[in-house]
Amino acid sequence: MSGAQVSGANSLSLDRHPSAHHYWFNWPEEKKIIKFFLMVNKQGQTRLSKYYEHVEINKCTLLETEVIKSCLSRSNEQCSFTEYKDFKLIYRQYAALFIVVGVNDTENEMAIYEFIHNFVEVLDDYFSRVSELDIMFNLDKVHFILDEMVLNGCIVKTNRARILAPLLILHKMSDN
Amino acid sequence: MVASSLKLQELIQEIREAKTQAQEREVIQKECAHIRASFRDGDPLHRHRQLAKLLYAHMLGYPAHFGQMECLKLIASPRFTDKRVGYLGAMLLLDERQDAHLLITNSIKNDLSQGIEAVQGLALCTLSAMGSAEMCRDLAREVEKLLLQPSAYVRKKAVLTAVHMIRKVPELSDIFLPPCAQLLHERHHGILLGTITLITELCERSPAALKHFRKVVPQLVHTLRTLVMTGCSTEHSISGVSDPFLQVQILRLLRILGRNHEESSETMNDLLAQVATNTDTSRNAGSAVLFETVLTIMDIRSAAGLRVLAVNILGRFLLNSDRNIRYVALTSLLKLVQSDHSAVQRHRPTVVECLREPDASLSRRALELSLALVNSSNVRTMTQELQGFLESCPPDLRADCASGILLAAERFAPTKRWHINTILRVLTTAGSYVRDEAVANLIQLIGGAQELHAYSVRRLYSALAEDISQQPLVQVAAWCIGEYGDLLLEGTCEETEPLQVGPALGVHGRGTCEGRQGRPQGHPLCPRPLRKVEEDVVLTLLERVLQSHMSLPATRGYALTALMKLSTRLHGDNNRICQVMSIYGSCQDVELQQRAVEYNALFRKYDHLRAAVLEKMPLVERGGPQVNEEAKESKEVAQLSEAAPVPTETQASKLLDLLDLLDGPSENTQHPPPLDPTPGDTLIHLLDLPCAPLPSAPIPNLKVFEREGLQLTLSFVRPPGTPTLLLITVTATNTSGGDVTHFICQAAVPKVCRRPGLRGSLDTPGKKATKERRWQGWWEDEMRREGLQRQALGELQEEGLKLLGVEWLPEPASLCALSNLLCSEFPATATGPQWRHCSSPGWPSDDPAAQNPQS
Repeated sequence: MSGAQVSGANSLSLDRHPSAHHYWFNWPEEKKIIKFFLMVNKQGQTRLSKYYEHVEINKCTLLETEVIKSCLSRSNEQCSFTEYKDFKLIYRQYAALFIVVGVNDTENEMAIYEFIHNFVEVLDDYFSRVSELDIMFNLDKVHFILDEMVLNGCIVKTNRARILAPLLILHKMSDN
Repeated sequence: MVASSLKLQELIQEIREAKTQAQEREVIQKECAHIRASFRDGDPLHRHRQLAKLLYAHMLGYPAHFGQMECLKLIASPRFTDKRVGYLGAMLLLDERQDAHLLITNSIKNDLSQGIEAVQGLALCTLSAMGSAEMCRDLAREVEKLLLQPSAYVRKKAVLTAVHMIRKVPELSDIFLPPCAQLLHERHHGILLGTITLITELCERSPAALKHFRKVVPQLVHTLRTLVMTGCSTEHSISGVSDPFLQVQILRLLRILGRNHEESSETMNDLLAQVATNTDTSRNAGSAVLFETVLTIMDIRSAAGLRVLAVNILGRFLLNSDRNIRYVALTSLLKLVQSDHSAVQRHRPTVVECLREPDASLSRRALELSLALVNSSNVRTMTQELQGFLESCPPDLRADCASGILLAAERFAPTKRWHINTILRVLTTAGSYVRDEAVANLIQLIGGAQELHAYSVRRLYSALAEDISQQPLVQVAAWCIGEYGDLLLEGTCEETEPLQVGPALGVHGRGTCEGRQGRPQGHPLCPRPLRKVEEDVVLTLLERVLQSHMSLPATRGYALTALMKLSTRLHGDNNRICQVMSIYGSCQDVELQQRAVEYNALFRKYDHLRAAVLEKMPLVERGGPQVNEEAKESKEVAQLSEAAPVPTETQASKLLDLLDLLDGPSENTQHPPPLDPTPGDTLIHLLDLPCAPLPSAPIPNLKVFEREGLQLTLSFVRPPGTPTLLLITVTATNTSGGDVTHFICQAAVPKVCRRPGLRGSLDTPGKKATKERRWQGWWEDEMRREGLQRQALGELQEEGLKLLGVEWLPEPASLCALSNLLCSEFPATATGPQWRHCSSPGWPSDDPAAQNPQS
């Protein structure tokens, strides 16, 4: 009887992903925890994109469009996790800006959800009340901060003061 | 960057001012041309600024590959500003698919050994983002050295670079494994986090490493306990939880280490209980830790009490007001439902509550979980809930929900009447969402429950009268009305099940099963007093189905055949039915036309056969679990051989039926006795057969039936020279002591098999009967297998001919031979065999044996 149950469950999940094998992103086999980190505004304009796995540039654009579409289609009533292709999207909205993180299936959604907020707090510290424009015009610095926090798809550091310390040193260096 | 940022900002401004996509493209293309020119000129002063602009364009999705070489130049530059942009560019633009990436290996090597923290950090960051296997091999030693550097900033990045290197080149594990032990003593959270990631990676890759690191379990336990118990340093805490990310990572590593390992699991037990009870769940960070704890508890060999605690935590999550947490809880309960069924079962009411979630991703999970929780003790209430959900749920969940209910009903139905009611209700509420096989399943179910025929047909009739748009329902209803039309008109046969009604329902006096479940009144299927049904009304209803623009071709087929069957079930004259048949004899739908023409012929030329041909379908006994198993198996087999759209299960049962048919007459009973489980095997052979032989290969003999001394064997001969001819000899042997009387052999072949010849001979009456049947199939290139099989089954269902066996003989061009039509009966008396009728209405037989029964 239990065997039958298993097969029943399987058939359901198969139904859910009829095209599970036909998506057009071929993620490499290695398992990165965080697959990509996106900041996209409500108009669908990308403000920052960082891929931890190689994706062709034309596919990037397509992926970003689809990702933001699927986030925008969800209401506030719905939860912040959604499935897209074979990975999970975890998103948070700050004013008109969406931060979307694509992770693999085994990742702790709540932790990533918390991490997004942590990242925004760091930006907030650095830019003192960060806005979309800050991110646009200081793309390199935002990248730098993100690189301090996520390396190779893994979370490195979450301590605000320590994340910003090297950046501040760099400023001094480049000022000189 | 300060000096040059103006230029980049100008570009950004310009892009922002662009009103349309086309304008934006124009701006960027112009700028890219400038950048290209500047690269060509080799202006080193503005190179980093140009690259920064290019990276911005890259982010917007424009091609930026021509900046790759500039990245290399910038990385090689001694100026830090240049290096920074260069490395950023390398991370974004370069990857191991381009050969250019190898050119930076040397620069990275230099930067790693230079001793400037910031530069080392950049180099490590880039290496871990785009380092190829080759680069990793070249630079592994440098990274290893950095692992033991005094600077925490570099060390922590080196650790994660090591993770990347192991992923790329697993052999490098040997280099990075030894320093781990020392790194674990680190107090710096960043390094600790990285190290634990590294150990996790190592453990997942090799069992040896896993064994090695089981030693550090006590240390990990200590670290985590300190994190949980000592309250938090403000530095690392997030909303009152001390470094949740580190906690999560440690818990995950513990999960890997404790999996299937008694001793390690033992060590963790207390700690896990501590974390589970001491974590503050009012904040999101706390929930993340708790959630990870639950996963760890469920994955390792933890104590039973702890497991229950973990499931209860998830149960509590379900009640949380934060929908993210509810999502996580449902997802993980779904994972646990197989292993800890009873613990999850306790939260069933809450899960069912979650069906009402407005968020589709939540309600989908709740649905899956609810379906997994159905068992024989709660099937009635759960089905009730699920059907309520089915009525209100979003369209994209309907199909899953409907098929889930049908599946659960099939597995756990307490009574047949309940089962029929359940399917009926699903068909009425979500008819268009169910799969085709539901129709056949229900038909089979009703057919098999003789005592419920009258009940079912009346229920279906009233449902049909309400709504003729739900195709599956209409199909079942049409079939039943055709089959049991006489019962529908009698209207006396309700009391097959003892009445057990509350006073409210007592008036109606039927549908009692529903009464217990408190089905809301006023539902289309709700029991109600049925008025006596008039023949004319029934015919009108079926005609409406035939004419309705909502009816599918298949539905019309059902309706037409139902009308035809009614010609023998009703007492009035058949003029009206005849008329319909002749009208549809010129129908545009070929299938329908063919049926109508055949039925017409049945009225005109073969009226004496009509009653026999349209007799009731034989009962299908759905036996115990064993038979079900057989049916399932044969279903799989049938699916393998790409069987028809017609539900294979029915087909299988029809096959079972064939064995019954053979069996029935020998015992001289009207209805076949319950199935002996053994024929199931032969059945599978029957279905198996087509896969096995190549067209030219000889087909092995097949024993299709053996019971009580009667044995039936099929043997196949393909005469050389005529590849389309297949001789099938059926040998019936009687080894029992007594004579076999009333031996009836019925057979069906599809129409594509032209004129099955029949020759019968009988040696030693009552002892051995051999019949040889021969037919010629023809090459039918365009005919698909599905089409054929459907036709064959259509035959047996709708014209009342009995199917004895279905088999495929896959020829290159799909020659198909379905065995056996012909109805013949020869009471084995001393005077020899008597052929009663051996031609079918479909093919007037010109076989001498058929016309001359005394052969």
